[in-house]
Amino acid sequence: MRRVVIVLLATVLMLPATALAQGTLRIGMTASDIPYTGGQTDNGFEGFRFVGYQIYEPLIAWDLTRGDRLAPLVPGLAESWEARKDAPTKWVFKLRKGVTFHDGSPFNADAVVFSYESIKKKDAPHFDSYGSGQVSFRLASLTGITKIDDHTVEIETNKPTSFVPYQVCYMVIVSPTQWNKVKDWRKFAEQPSGTGPFRVTRFVPRERLELEANKNYWDAKRRPKIDKLVLLPMPEPTTRLAALRSGQVDWIEVPPPDSIPQLKGAGFQITMNSYPHNWTHTLRLDKEPWNNKLVRKAANYAIDRVGICKSLLNDTCIPATGIVYKGHPWFGKPKETYDYNPAKAKELLKQAGFDASKHPAKAVHLISTSGSGQMLPLAMNELIQKNLKDVGIDVDLQPVEWNTLLTRWRAGFKTPDNEGLNAWNISWNFLEPWSGFGRFFHSKSVVPVAVNTMPYINPEADKLIEEAERTFDVGKQNETLAKLHEIIVDDAPWIFVVHDQNPRALSAKVKGFVQPQSWFADLTSVTVR
Amino acid sequence: MWAYVGRRLLLAIPTLLGASIIVFAMVHLAPGDPIAAVMPAESSQAEIEATKRAYGFDKPLPVQYLVWLGRVAQGDLGKSIATRRAVILDVRDALANSLVLALSSSLLSFVLGIALGLLAAFRQGRLLDKAASAIAVIGVSVPHYWAGIILIIVFSVQLNWLPAMGAADDPGLLPYLRHIALPTVALALIPLGIITRVVRSAALDVLSQEFVLALRAKGLVSRRVFAHVVKNAAPQILTVLGLQFGFQLGGSVLVEAVFSWPGTGYLLNLAIFQRDIPVLQGVILVLATFFVLLNLAVDLLQTLVDPRIARH
Repeated sequence: MRRVVIVLLATVLMLPATALAQGTLRIGMTASDIPYTGGQTDNGFEGFRFVGYQIYEPLIAWDLTRGDRLAPLVPGLAESWEARKDAPTKWVFKLRKGVTFHDGSPFNADAVVFSYESIKKKDAPHFDSYGSGQVSFRLASLTGITKIDDHTVEIETNKPTSFVPYQVCYMVIVSPTQWNKVKDWRKFAEQPSGTGPFRVTRFVPRERLELEANKNYWDAKRRPKIDKLVLLPMPEPTTRLAALRSGQVDWIEVPPPDSIPQLKGAGFQITMNSYPHNWTHTLRLDKEPWNNKLVRKAANYAIDRVGICKSLLNDTCIPATGIVYKGHPWFGKPKETYDYNPAKAKELLKQAGFDASKHPAKAVHLISTSGSGQMLPLAMNELIQKNLKDVGIDVDLQPVEWNTLLTRWRAGFKTPDNEGLNAWNISWNFLEPWSGFGRFFHSKSVVPVAVNTMPYINPEADKLIEEAERTFDVGKQNETLAKLHEIIVDDAPWIFVVHDQNPRALSAKVKGFVQPQSWFADLTSVTVR
Repeated sequence: MWAYVGRRLLLAIPTLLGASIIVFAMVHLAPGDPIAAVMPAESSQAEIEATKRAYGFDKPLPVQYLVWLGRVAQGDLGKSIATRRAVILDVRDALANSLVLALSSSLLSFVLGIALGLLAAFRQGRLLDKAASAIAVIGVSVPHYWAGIILIIVFSVQLNWLPAMGAADDPGLLPYLRHIALPTVALALIPLGIITRVVRSAALDVLSQEFVLALRAKGLVSRRVFAHVVKNAAPQILTVLGLQFGFQLGGSVLVEAVFSWPGTGYLLNLAIFQRDIPVLQGVILVLATFFVLLNLAVDLLQTLVDPRIARH
């Protein structure tokens, strides 16, 4: 036996260390599968971060080059855009010239119309029902598109709205030439073609996606410095950690927080930054127990947020007592502070008529096992379950895969599948007012138009959202949204839990990465030595 | 002999049908509407109905079963809901990876287990026997996913010798072996323990029989006695080996999850959380079929070794 071990070890020792091409960046993602590569990607914003915004580009893009401010919108495939003075529901986009897709065909107005139709025009032969399902709720105000000339398109909206750029930034442009070659979205996804800084070279479902630098990228300043990018799905935090520490990957998303001190000690870089993120339980408001505002407030007072951030997550998050964090222009002055107060929670629950023996408060919450922005969902939810149990609310947690959770959420609570549920645990962004408020809290945003799944119906909130939407002055818009935020915090349609700090761990070889205050990331500045 | 083979082959058919019914029913009884998962949120009722018809979900369950069985018989396991690829392709790739892992871990555990078991039996009560028993107890008691994590910590994270996860990304035998080494060891632990114990007790059983005493009395050298003992213990050992090989294939879910080894277990785990029913059905059915065929092969092998079994 001993000899066998010695022989085995000796063999292993003689194996060469894995040799790597210069400038390959290998990333361990939290997704359990490769995000959809056919354009309008899935797996939430991690899909946009590593696939959607790397292979493809939107007309209006995010500036992710700085970490010291909230990432603003900048021209992407459109050089400029504005609402027409004579017809405020019509937006004219001047397109960038001289851009080509990975397949060599030119980017032009036809490609924009084609991409738009693949999302919005159900009877078009190139309608992508899967991709459309992923993104259409983000483009809820857009109703039509017209080609003006080869480099100008006009997008029409259902009403005059300042939110248009905040929706257009989520629609990426795909190559009609490549699609017409294969005429099938699944095949297109295996040989995709966009205009982005990276192009796909190898696609192994469920295992890996390999991309190479697009040497012809139109923006010379943003041509990737690395040759190759490899994306690996690793939903298990411990697997990601082991892969990073054994040198199989150079970059992991969300390292287990308790490993951070060790990682730092071993020479790894930990990057963190605040960004518009909230981790919540979005509650179902038309059914017991969450149809009662007192119970919702009780739940919010029952959560030990400081404990979660300090003890469980090693300071990789900050407590959330609203949709946005304190100091954000939309925070305002909410009445409810939601500090940790189990006694108050029990009192509120009693006022609501719930009682542990006679009338217990019970709920079923759908949670994910991993996923974009979900942090450490299993450990966090167990703690939350305990917090709620301590004040007398019994929550049954049902874990599903991340993308499955997103699919079920978009369908709303009223499907046979979701009928028995009382909440979903999904982390949201508030990059802009539509994602932060419009899609959730307007009575007209109920499923299937957008994703007001709860549903949250409040005429006062409707009024404020519409006012913000009509306001093109950002300062005034912020004031309106702060008023709206105060109302929503008081209504407590969600259990607010934490704001993530987006921890990622990078090997010492990775240089030049700037962690922006955003969900997305610019990989073009990164080098690997 | 051939009559026995024919009888066993016939018996395998109802077993397989039974397995297919259980697989079919299990998946349909589980919570989660398969249609909700494939349709965009804003689909109209008509579109949902059309998709239901396309997948055959509108018909009564027994009809759905027969249709499904008919397709399965032609090698069509349907399309994955998550990747929209043909399930047969996913299952084929995963099965190949799992088979290799099952073979390598079986090889390791069978060779080591049989050697340890026999040595222990022939050295009953001595130090070697105690050591072998200790290894056997550790093998069956240590959870293999935990052992997997420990192996990763020691060999990947601390020593940096072997990759922690996944299958090889570079072509060639060496990268492949480097990737499969740790999962092989982790997966071999349980069968190693079981086989050591079974082989030891089977050999001891035979050793205590009178014919062994007779053999020794007539002056046979212990090497020849050993050969007799092995031959007599072989049928029992073979049964266990066959079962263990099957367990290696079907029971590697946790090990494959820990090492992200892209086999059937990994696929099964993913399909469960994705509620990917066609994949789930396909994987379980293929594994069940494999199990039935394996048992059949083991039974036939047994009759070759010990012809008395065929006569029963």
